[in-house]
Amino acid sequence: MNILSLFVLVPLLMLLGLWLSKSINQIRGVMVAGSTALLGLAVALVFMYLGERASGNTAEMLFMADYVWYAPLNIHYTIGVDGISVAMLLLSAIIVFTGTFASWRLQPLTKEYFLWFCLLSLGVFGFFICIDLFTMFMFYEVALIPMYLLIGVWGSGRKEYSAMKLTLMLMGASALLLAGILGIYFGSGATTMNILEIAALHNIPFEQQCIWFPLTFIGFGVLGALFPFHTWSPDGHASAPTAVSMLHAGVLMKLGGYGCFRVAMYLMPEAAQELSWIFIILTTISVVYGAFSACVQKDLKYINAYSSVSHCGLVLFAILMMNSTASTGAILQMLSHGLMTALFFALIGMIYGRTHTRDIRELNGLMRIMPFLAVGYVIAGLANLGLPGLSGFIAEMTIFNGAFMNDDVFHRTVTIIACTSIVITAVYILRVVGKILYGTCTNEHHLKLTDATWDERLAVIFLVVAVAGLGLAPFWISDMIHESVLPIVSHLALN
Amino acid sequence: MEYTILILLLPFLSFLVLGLAGMKMSNRLAGTIGTVVLGIVAVASYYTAFDYFAAGRGADGTFPTLMPYNAVWLPISESLHIDMGILLDPISVMMLVVISTVSLMVHIYSFGYMKGERGFQRYYAFLSLFTMSMLGLVVATNIFQMYLFWELVGVSSYLLIGFYYTKKEAIAASKKAFIVTRFADLGFLVGILFYGYYAGTFTFTPQLQMLASAGAMIPLALGLMFIGGAGKSAMFPLHIWLPDAMEGPTPVSALIHAATMVVAGVYLVARMFPLFIGYAPEVLHWVAYVGAFTAFYAASVACVQSDIKRVLAFSTISQIGFMMVGLGVCTSADPHDGGLGYMAGMFHLFTHAMFKALLFLGAGCIIHAVHSNEMSAMGGLRKYMPVTHITFLIACLAISGIPPFSGFFSKDEILTACFAFSPVMGWVMSFIAAMTAFYMFRLYYGIFWGRENKELHARHVPHEAPLSMTVPLIFLALVTCGAGFIPFGEFISSNGQSYTIHLDSQVAITSVCIAVVAIAVATWMYLRERQPVADQLAKTFKGLHRAAYHRFYIDDIYQFVTHKVIFACVSTPIAWFDRHVVDQFMNFLAWCTNASSEEIRSWQSGNVQQYTRVFLGGVLVLVLVLLLI
Repeated sequence: MNILSLFVLVPLLMLLGLWLSKSINQIRGVMVAGSTALLGLAVALVFMYLGERASGNTAEMLFMADYVWYAPLNIHYTIGVDGISVAMLLLSAIIVFTGTFASWRLQPLTKEYFLWFCLLSLGVFGFFICIDLFTMFMFYEVALIPMYLLIGVWGSGRKEYSAMKLTLMLMGASALLLAGILGIYFGSGATTMNILEIAALHNIPFEQQCIWFPLTFIGFGVLGALFPFHTWSPDGHASAPTAVSMLHAGVLMKLGGYGCFRVAMYLMPEAAQELSWIFIILTTISVVYGAFSACVQKDLKYINAYSSVSHCGLVLFAILMMNSTASTGAILQMLSHGLMTALFFALIGMIYGRTHTRDIRELNGLMRIMPFLAVGYVIAGLANLGLPGLSGFIAEMTIFNGAFMNDDVFHRTVTIIACTSIVITAVYILRVVGKILYGTCTNEHHLKLTDATWDERLAVIFLVVAVAGLGLAPFWISDMIHESVLPIVSHLALN
Repeated sequence: MEYTILILLLPFLSFLVLGLAGMKMSNRLAGTIGTVVLGIVAVASYYTAFDYFAAGRGADGTFPTLMPYNAVWLPISESLHIDMGILLDPISVMMLVVISTVSLMVHIYSFGYMKGERGFQRYYAFLSLFTMSMLGLVVATNIFQMYLFWELVGVSSYLLIGFYYTKKEAIAASKKAFIVTRFADLGFLVGILFYGYYAGTFTFTPQLQMLASAGAMIPLALGLMFIGGAGKSAMFPLHIWLPDAMEGPTPVSALIHAATMVVAGVYLVARMFPLFIGYAPEVLHWVAYVGAFTAFYAASVACVQSDIKRVLAFSTISQIGFMMVGLGVCTSADPHDGGLGYMAGMFHLFTHAMFKALLFLGAGCIIHAVHSNEMSAMGGLRKYMPVTHITFLIACLAISGIPPFSGFFSKDEILTACFAFSPVMGWVMSFIAAMTAFYMFRLYYGIFWGRENKELHARHVPHEAPLSMTVPLIFLALVTCGAGFIPFGEFISSNGQSYTIHLDSQVAITSVCIAVVAIAVATWMYLRERQPVADQLAKTFKGLHRAAYHRFYIDDIYQFVTHKVIFACVSTPIAWFDRHVVDQFMNFLAWCTNASSEEIRSWQSGNVQQYTRVFLGGVLVLVLVLLLI
């Protein structure tokens, strides 16, 4: 049994277990066992991967396996990982693990909720281990559909509207994506949809690339909150229940960046070179525009959703810089953003669960009332604005350094514009921290509220440790990612 | 010198311990942990200094640059990487001594000052964090490590200014401090990016051929870096955060906003000095001009403030201006020929840290005694607080440049360097030195002499501060008395060679005369109970007085730019645009889909007659078309 297939098998077993379980304790048992197993698997995979690399295995993908899935259309279940996917799998496992604890006391329909939750994680894990275009796409869809129900049923606010909007926009994107994928497949003349094979053939005609590249890039880009296709994100996040927001911002949005890099850029390098300027402009807008929008929002989740637009914009921005440093930075930023946004959404959910409001005008002085959550919020905020020692800093610095290596005026200008986001981020983060945590609480209902429970503490502490761990000792993961970025980037630089 | 790692690790550990377990500790235990750790750090720093300077000069007559630690922390590309390590050279060793001394004094002092405060443990945790970051900043082996710790000191400063987080002003001040310095750091970051790209390294000693081929990019990078330095060091017009930062606890103001963090910008310029001199002398002179203007501006504002911490804050800004001028007027790396300012600036940094910390700690004792920052609540305090009075007087004399106190020596060197640069600069700085003496003695008389607020003092008799607070005062006062006699040029000079300080008698006599006259004027105006001259002046130049009191409205301009321009004219429209244009367009697409299906729906009515009608119509049209062709 290939270790990678376990990432799909465990969620399947969890689904089965959930289906059979009768009581809340059984459900929790299945979830804890499953998500711990996934986390353990991811950690083990990191060590196995590093061990394999240390012993001199230089293949592009490790732990590969290939099964024919649907022969008439040459669809294979081909799996394999490089450093990028390993990092993403680790991220997903952490988010699923903490998400389980963040929805510990969720009511009602707990069983159904976790069923969809597991299906969603199945899709996510499947997406990151696959290197067959069509299977990847299938897992992408598997991850997408549960979102609709999770938001529509367990959400808050205008949940039906948000769920519908999110699903329709992402479905629209996947239509573009499907066209792009088929175009790539037929254009390349490959015998399978294996990414490595298509990349090695490297013979999609330039004219065709110019059609399929924008389709694929936008298709994945919508998920990565590319301006102007990001509007599903604020509404979707605001309505989603806590753990779904975490999973959504923490992992699902990463599918976008990952796909853009691994599929769009890798397979169509000529078109990427030719058309990158359009997308660089769009992502630069995303970065600054998201940050400015976040400055005047009144709902905590909207602030974070716009902040995600800004940070994920930086991911796509870095990918388009087309050098190894910036691309490494992009992956680091995905990791870092995944962890810190998950932390943010977890904390917002916990605060909302107590105060029943997310309006920053109605919240104040929470530091005295719930010190644990408040301190967690400050740490998340500091990570978001790029405090050294936490994860945001290393990612942003790698990106800016990488972007600066393109020494023409256009790239320099957009880089400096993107750099200004570090100031605007500070503005909106400190605004919120000052408004809701500091000061004295004026709402007497809030005075009686309690601080975090053990399950909430566990989730928060786990994420804080991950954010700090990445920020304090970035070298090992940065090396692992950098090695794996090289083949893709050198492919881009061939032209 | 492997033990130097302790200087960074110990405060970090103390931060972790106090931050994680502080809530469970008693105040006394938490304070003791912080203070003892800092004591060890101070001893280690002194020993490092002793060890380093005692090892002697190398063959080329300079002290060697040592790197006991340096390891790759984050690889950027094949040639670029961010390292973490410890660099020891004369200026970093000097800074270690300054920071650990002042920090230790503040730790001891805070025992008394913060006694019984809520969040005592948190306070000590943040102090440890700050000390660690500041020490890390000065021993940075490369510009990026410096930037990293630079951001960390910014955050510690934010946390400490906002220590009283239930107070509105403190929240606003902490936010302002962070955002203004962050804005400046943007310049710093872009400067580093330019530097990294064109110099091909983040270290302070790039390869010469890289620099030569970089052309105008190195001056640009250095200029941008100076913007970052100007933000941290509160140079005009980025100074606005520092007066507000006085909302933090007073010992914090002494440590961060007087002695250590605010001089980080000066340290940055000193660190990059060889590059400034070699490749961007014009930029260096701009540093001097900015410093001189800031010194003048801050001194003029300091003359009319009524809050004693604000006066000290503006005085700090002005004195940092002096240091910048000292560095900026250098025209070569040879201390005998135009490079004197480097030594003078660093010397002033050293002496200023001591006497300004003393002034702030003294101010803390006074505030502790009268429970107000306003001079109107003071006056005549010399009777009640003798120790504070004498030590404060010593610091005032030092900052005014009266021999034999330390400030005289360092300021005199700066003035000598200025006169060597250009007579105009020399006279301007001398005039500002006179203003310094004037506003400091205005402050001194206002607190300890002058108009006493008898009513308030009768109700609550001011008392001398406890021993934990007066001991640091006495220690710093002793340092202030003796520091001027340190042969500073033996240790630090622009080219590293030994330089013997000799007073230029002409400049020394001029500056002492000016200071004495300024003090005499202040005495004449503010010593007595009734102050007709001062009141008359304030009345005559009402507009000017009010403008200076409101700091020439610079803050209001910023307020206008941030709220009216950025928030109202950028952010709000963007947010509106997003919700009403971009998002509505998506909704419009959905609506279109909906509307068109509504339209098409009537075609699928299931009504046979309708289908027949359409069918017949279609046939007719087809037949007509066929016939006509």
